[in-house]
Amino acid sequence: MLDKLTQRLDFHGNALLLRAERQRVIASNIANADTPGYVARDFQFADAMRAAQGLQAPAGMRQQSVSDARHIPLPAAGGGSSDSRLGYGLQTQPSLDNNTVDMDRERAAFVDNAVRYEATLRFINGNAKTMLSAIQGQ
Amino acid sequence: MASNLANVDAVAGPDGQAYKARQVVFQTTPMGADGAAGVRVSTIQESDAPGRRVHDPANPMADAEGYVTHANVNAVEEMVNMISASRSYQNNVEVMNTAKSLLLKTLQMGQ
Repeated sequence: MLDKLTQRLDFHGNALLLRAERQRVIASNIANADTPGYVARDFQFADAMRAAQGLQAPAGMRQQSVSDARHIPLPAAGGGSSDSRLGYGLQTQPSLDNNTVDMDRERAAFVDNAVRYEATLRFINGNAKTMLSAIQGQ
Repeated sequence: MASNLANVDAVAGPDGQAYKARQVVFQTTPMGADGAAGVRVSTIQESDAPGRRVHDPANPMADAEGYVTHANVNAVEEMVNMISASRSYQNNVEVMNTAKSLLLKTLQMGQ
């Protein structure tokens, strides 16, 4: 009974943790926008979410980041060591100091991630309110 | 960069030599465990470019041939660097503001 109540919260809790981690990774990229030789990091949220739920994703859906069978997919967060689960961003345009941070891309990703983080927060709040009213029976 | 621009017309510093342009070199530094990366200044490089030489025999700092060596600061380059640096600063401030507001909202979770 109780685990059914918390199951839905678990999903959003995992999502919130992953969103926070992605936010931190993107903030690192933005902080290092002027560091020579820095390579942008990121991870695929959908893959990380599946790994956090313990689901093995179907092969066709798992490799969103690849367009060819020989590409190596971005590793998902949640499995492996903390560093190996992060992927590397590709250069959108070459720079002299080999920095691969694209400020426009990072800013867009940051805002997108912030909005989704807040959405997840509201889902959690809504869930809690729903359960509270169910418990009180009013 | 501000000191570079301030010294763009400096003729001589305390050691009697013309001011040399300085540039910072950034370096990634790990923060915490989860692949978060900060940034720090690894070195401050002095430019070795030759200073701007202006013929001005009346200047007390002029050498035997009547030339005054100014600082090797390129004002245009410095302005571009300055704009880039202040944009980066703004970006990081924005990141911190967003992180702060998200954290505050997280603290109010369930209320």
